[in-house]
Amino acid sequence: MKIDLSYGSGGKQTSSLINDIFLKHFDNPVLNRLEDAAVLDVQGRIAYTTDSFVVTPLFFKGGNIGKLAVCGTVNDLAMMGARPRYLTAGFILEAGADSQVLEQIAQTMRETADEAGVQIVAGDTKVVEGSGNIYINTSGVGEILKEGISIANCQEGDCILLSGNLGEHHAAIMSERMGIENNIASDCAPLFSLVEGLLEAGIDVHCMRDVTRGGLGTVLNEVADSSACQVEIRETSLPVSKEIQGFCSILGLDPLYMANEGKMIAVVPGEQAEQALAAMQRNPYGAYAQIIGRIEKGAGVRMITALGGSRAVDILYGEGLPRIC
Amino acid sequence: MVTLEQIVKELKEYDGEEIKIMEVCGTHTSSIFKNGIRSLISPKIKLISGPGCPVCVTPSVYVDKLVELSLKPSHCVLTFGDMMKVKGNQGSLTEAVAKGGRVRVLYSPLDSLTAAQEDPDTQYVFAAVGFETTTPIYGLLLDEILKKNLSNLKLLTSLKTITPALEYICENEKGIDAFIAPGHVSVIIGSQSYEALAEKYGKPFVVAGFGGEHILAAIYEILLQLRDGRHQVKNMYVSAVSQEGNPQALSVINQYFETKEDFWRGIGVIPQSSLGLKSAYQQFDAGSSFIEYREELPKGCRCTDVILGRITPVECPLFGGSCTPLNAVGPCMVSTEGVCGIWYKNRG
Amino acid sequence: MCVAVPGKVIEINGPKAKVDVMNNTCDVDIRLVQPKLGDYVLIHAGCAIDVLSKDAAEEILWMFNELEEEMNGHPGADR
Repeated sequence: MKIDLSYGSGGKQTSSLINDIFLKHFDNPVLNRLEDAAVLDVQGRIAYTTDSFVVTPLFFKGGNIGKLAVCGTVNDLAMMGARPRYLTAGFILEAGADSQVLEQIAQTMRETADEAGVQIVAGDTKVVEGSGNIYINTSGVGEILKEGISIANCQEGDCILLSGNLGEHHAAIMSERMGIENNIASDCAPLFSLVEGLLEAGIDVHCMRDVTRGGLGTVLNEVADSSACQVEIRETSLPVSKEIQGFCSILGLDPLYMANEGKMIAVVPGEQAEQALAAMQRNPYGAYAQIIGRIEKGAGVRMITALGGSRAVDILYGEGLPRIC
Repeated sequence: MVTLEQIVKELKEYDGEEIKIMEVCGTHTSSIFKNGIRSLISPKIKLISGPGCPVCVTPSVYVDKLVELSLKPSHCVLTFGDMMKVKGNQGSLTEAVAKGGRVRVLYSPLDSLTAAQEDPDTQYVFAAVGFETTTPIYGLLLDEILKKNLSNLKLLTSLKTITPALEYICENEKGIDAFIAPGHVSVIIGSQSYEALAEKYGKPFVVAGFGGEHILAAIYEILLQLRDGRHQVKNMYVSAVSQEGNPQALSVINQYFETKEDFWRGIGVIPQSSLGLKSAYQQFDAGSSFIEYREELPKGCRCTDVILGRITPVECPLFGGSCTPLNAVGPCMVSTEGVCGIWYKNRG
Repeated sequence: MCVAVPGKVIEINGPKAKVDVMNNTCDVDIRLVQPKLGDYVLIHAGCAIDVLSKDAAEEILWMFNELEEEMNGHPGADR
């Protein structure tokens, strides 16, 4: 069925959309009350964040916009050392969107929320004119498990861990657009279990960041700026699969600046680096984790290249578009 | 056999006269930075970047024409990603999209056939930029346009040829000791294309591949030639480059294109330095010949000196201040392959 | 100036070939070259522009051999 403007009217069609899709899949006692706001039980201090999702295509190898919408927000909470608890979901549908597609997305959101240990407790739908696209906003709260984790908290001598291979989400999306066949799937994943593993191993984590838009190069520059330090990474330690290398060489892209949706960095005291690495590698989402570099005195991000040279690593400018020259 | 370690050691310890080597390929420029080559060699070996980025030497009026076409009713501009951020006088294609312009990024010019066939009511224009590596592909595209009898796909050309630009540099710039010749252009035109220049100007021309080792080996080769007082064309990218190039590609170029003088952004007019559609194929031209090339660089911009290797980007007073990738004043800052763009990203 | 990448020809269909670049398959136009199955071609903007005569490792060995000769004052052929 095609969703038209009447489904955003607030009347009968709107409630049928809510009942037949959202309540059916998100089903939980808080949401089912259909109050104007969710009333929640939480312990202690909370982390609270929001994120919007506008991906084309809506479905890709390894996930869809619904999976992204849950992972994006729970990962942002997890990076602050919080256990994600509750999400809200706002949908903006363009007229012409397909209700079956929307239902598939809602189903994926539920599955991903279950894996991430969160409930979707409030929602909203609007329909606007357009050509059938779907946009989602999620907000979330989580309970802080460890205080003081911050992008401004990196210390000289700390080591930087990266949880796995770079560039998979970006490449999965772009392969579809560019007609390149491969087995690259988006790495889209909820990462709280990785964070929990680090905290349970007693690691004194100083800073965590999920490596999303802008890629690792951009995130490391944020670390260097906020912590007023220099980040030094080794090119030979960067985990990049052969397939991604090939993909990047075709389109003239750089894995350092490609988006990921299931990768994080953790900055930990140097003496705990190996222990933190082992904790990460025990988790399926951290199987290819690596210690990629250190925090030094100074500013900016430097890379020791495979040939033993040294160079600066800057942030991403504009979009990472395929290049031929 | 000499090892990479030995080469690196010798390049690092070089303490003879200062040597200036120019690379004329954006992908070489990029590789020199990505591999941290400058940090591996003696400061007495200066690597400078020539006009090797087709996007950077594309005049701003050409970009203006693309922007204008993208905003024209029932028109759509097709382009490589490289052109999206390049600013003309009326902004960039990215900005044109924000104003309602129709622009699509493609990986191959041949993908434009599908677009034109699926949507016969739209006039598609491919932003045909590039050097000799890319030009034969536009020839193949024209083959198909003719075969399929498509009337809604045209080219707006800004196609440069490298040897006239090298000649211009050799003629006007006395301080350059040797050239690292472009790898993939040489695949098409052959290493023999540099013979006359090497002979006439007495300078080594080394055709290099793109790995860090290739570049170090090319620099070392240049050192050896200068040590022996030789000035030869040396092909060190033998897996891909032959003496005569790719004859099929050259014949495709000759079938559709002819040489003309052209305007290089930041340099000016260089005779015989460009390829335009022959008069027999004018119906496929989206107005390239009507572009009036009269422009001056913005005030204070020293891109000309940068492109000609007279100064490095950091010596330009605008570099990193009013001229950055996010707000590029001069052409060398606009593209990922532009000399200033690459230097800016790797500053520090 | 021109991004190009080597790939292995795994299927030929007239003017087009399927080419593998480290487990990425793309359709490439081969009208500028005459590759055989299993050949490595250099791909630029969706077209094969060259059939490669050596692999990367061979080329590097060759390069260092050349330099060795020249170091010892035996410059090889000019090309």
